[in-house]
Amino acid sequence: MSPRVRLIVAVTLFGCLSSPIWSRQISFEHILGANKEPENWLTYSATTFSQRHSLLSQITAANVKNLELQWIYQARSLEKFEATSLVVDGVLYAVQPPNDVIALDAATGRIFWTYSYHPEHARPCCGRVNRGLAILGDTLFMGTLDSQLIAIDAKDGHPIWQTTVAKARSAYVITHAPLIIKDKVLVGVAGGEFGIRGFIGAYDSRTGRQVWRFNTVPGPGEPGHETWGGDSWQTGGAPVWVTGSYDPALNLTYWGTGNPSPDWNSDARPGDNLYSDSVIALDADTGKLKWYYQFTPHDDFDFDSVQVPVLADIEWQGKPLKVMLWANRNGFFYVLDRTTGQFLLGKPFVKVTWASGFDERGKPVRAAGQTPGLDGTLVYPGNPGGTSWYSPSYSPRTGLFYIPAWVNSSSVFVKLPGAYHEGRDYSGGTARSFVPFNWSPAPNFRKEEEGYGAVRALDPQTGERKWEFKMADVTEAGILTTASDLLFSGGREGYFFALDARNGELLWKVALGAAVQSGPLTYSVKGRQYVAVNAGNCLFTFALRQ
Amino acid sequence: MRVVRACLLLLATALAFRTLLAQQQSSVLSETEDGRQLFLANCAVCHGPDGDSVYGVDLGHGKFKTASSDDDLIQILNRGVPGTSMPAFSKSFSNIEMRAIVAYLRYMKSTSSATFASGEAIQGRVIFEGKGKCLNCHRVRDKGSRVGPNLTEIGSVRRTVDLQRSLLDPDAEVLPSNRFIRIVTQDGVTIIGRLLNQDTFTVQLIDSKERLQSFEKANLKEYGFIDKSLMPSYQDKLNNQELADVVSYLASLKGIDGQ
Repeated sequence: MSPRVRLIVAVTLFGCLSSPIWSRQISFEHILGANKEPENWLTYSATTFSQRHSLLSQITAANVKNLELQWIYQARSLEKFEATSLVVDGVLYAVQPPNDVIALDAATGRIFWTYSYHPEHARPCCGRVNRGLAILGDTLFMGTLDSQLIAIDAKDGHPIWQTTVAKARSAYVITHAPLIIKDKVLVGVAGGEFGIRGFIGAYDSRTGRQVWRFNTVPGPGEPGHETWGGDSWQTGGAPVWVTGSYDPALNLTYWGTGNPSPDWNSDARPGDNLYSDSVIALDADTGKLKWYYQFTPHDDFDFDSVQVPVLADIEWQGKPLKVMLWANRNGFFYVLDRTTGQFLLGKPFVKVTWASGFDERGKPVRAAGQTPGLDGTLVYPGNPGGTSWYSPSYSPRTGLFYIPAWVNSSSVFVKLPGAYHEGRDYSGGTARSFVPFNWSPAPNFRKEEEGYGAVRALDPQTGERKWEFKMADVTEAGILTTASDLLFSGGREGYFFALDARNGELLWKVALGAAVQSGPLTYSVKGRQYVAVNAGNCLFTFALRQ
Repeated sequence: MRVVRACLLLLATALAFRTLLAQQQSSVLSETEDGRQLFLANCAVCHGPDGDSVYGVDLGHGKFKTASSDDDLIQILNRGVPGTSMPAFSKSFSNIEMRAIVAYLRYMKSTSSATFASGEAIQGRVIFEGKGKCLNCHRVRDKGSRVGPNLTEIGSVRRTVDLQRSLLDPDAEVLPSNRFIRIVTQDGVTIIGRLLNQDTFTVQLIDSKERLQSFEKANLKEYGFIDKSLMPSYQDKLNNQELADVVSYLASLKGIDGQ
């Protein structure tokens, strides 16, 4: 055998032997079957059902007290660190805000590579943030603050293609993790405080070419356009800034939409303003609207409905049913039939004054006098909402729906005149809140009646609260549950903790020194389970003491 | 007769403050409060907390050099005043913030009448440190107790009218950062202190012996806020002139660089 032949054989053998580790492609079937490989975290909310419920069970109620810190990644950024990382076969992909992608050894935290992207002309309303990535094959996908969609090689961190989703100078931004459906990458645009016109787009994962687009503010000739007075649809908002879900059996993808623009002065946009503050169910192949449900018609409180659509198959009134569970920023908990969009249940999970209930079709009935005025109007929940983008969790084991809640939160909403100017604030007023939107621990002097945070466990059958874990300060942390009936979450005051998902009992906690503003995730490497979460500007990773 | 007049003035002032109290409590989340914070953070550096530190301008009494309407004031905030040290704030403030500042200027004017006659700061300091016994709870620079709020910079952040109100009716407005709490330990020991911080599991305070203490809530028998201010009213303890003197002294406390 000549040296040349020997070399070819050696390379071929190396490739064959190492391929199970190094060359595995993440197919869409892998993403759909994410529960079959709970050692990985393949999409923003763990599965396309978005339950954030892991089947890993090495960490239990009995041993969780033995969790100890394994490694920390300190971001070179002072922005809010909101991204949920992905984990694929021992490699963790994090997004350092605003738009740097870091590939790390998930067991040690050592960096494989860094891809840096500097968004230009970005005008985000609420921080230069990013909430995560998507992966398909060996390609990562990231939306950027300047409204680019970028495909990045997951092995070497080099960009493959980049496409412009929307115009950054008009304040279109992308902050959420894309969603993979089949061979498409789905992203939406934010900018509801700047009078954008929202949409969700599906892009070919190989080329970046747009395949379909659904306008969350319908234009002339599109159904729903009649719900916008005059030309208000052109600056109607309805942004998309949290990742949606997907049901393969129905081939429907579900997305929450944000507030209509302007936020607090609705005079210029008479009508229900579809499809703002709604959940929309789209055919995943065509982007055609199958159904919608609007949580807050003609919103003038900035009650974005961008919460993660949590899909569950449960017994409903004695029959199995495909439902969607949704705790909305507007203070109501909802159960919807996700096949048809039928309203099944709506019940407040925090104090609500803006609506008195629902009509027979499930449309909220507005309470008298509860609308922003020139002198301000006190409304519950406040502008931060009863909850917001913070990921909830559903455990099929307990049958409970877990939400991060802002309790006793209120705001004085003020309506002001204002004209649209491209790329500039178009909120039409202001909202003053007892609990501030500050993002890191500050001295807390508040009384309970002035606002506090909680993890609340709701029974989807009734909307009744089964238990509550109170925090002295509010929470912007997501929730993770596991097959060992653990619940992981945190809060603004910097604790990361584990609760018994069955009763809310505190089992373990650690003070991380800065607000937890992301959803925890869990994965395993070489049979060892890890739990990771961002707090402040760091990613912390824990595992059981060995 | 002079005494009667002083008493009547004091009574009228106290009543005015009670009205003010009602207004303020309902406006914790008000445009005025937003404006107050913006004013103190940005404007009081030159104009002073009462708005009267720049010659020829008395913002606290609605006395402006050129402006007569709200729009005029917003224009000045936007463009500044060329040829003076008044900068343009168009890049610093949104329109909503400018409106809030203007609302606060109007509020200052509407409440400015309820003030004492001018006092003597030097005499006020004597009363503050002597008859008033203020140093038993408060600290100014390196003198006095740390149990109550530190007043070294109080003249930079509170208006004269606010200082007066605090002396006459301390319960009228207790800022969250000045709240006191009462705790009872498992041993039955009661501790009262000024709240410094709290979270889900712990509470931090400074106690009556100026000790910084931190407690696990799980180890406490009781824990709760004290709703009333611990400061006594000086309405019956000092006469009108003495009150005016103390207010003048407090208004003169501008921090360690302003002494």
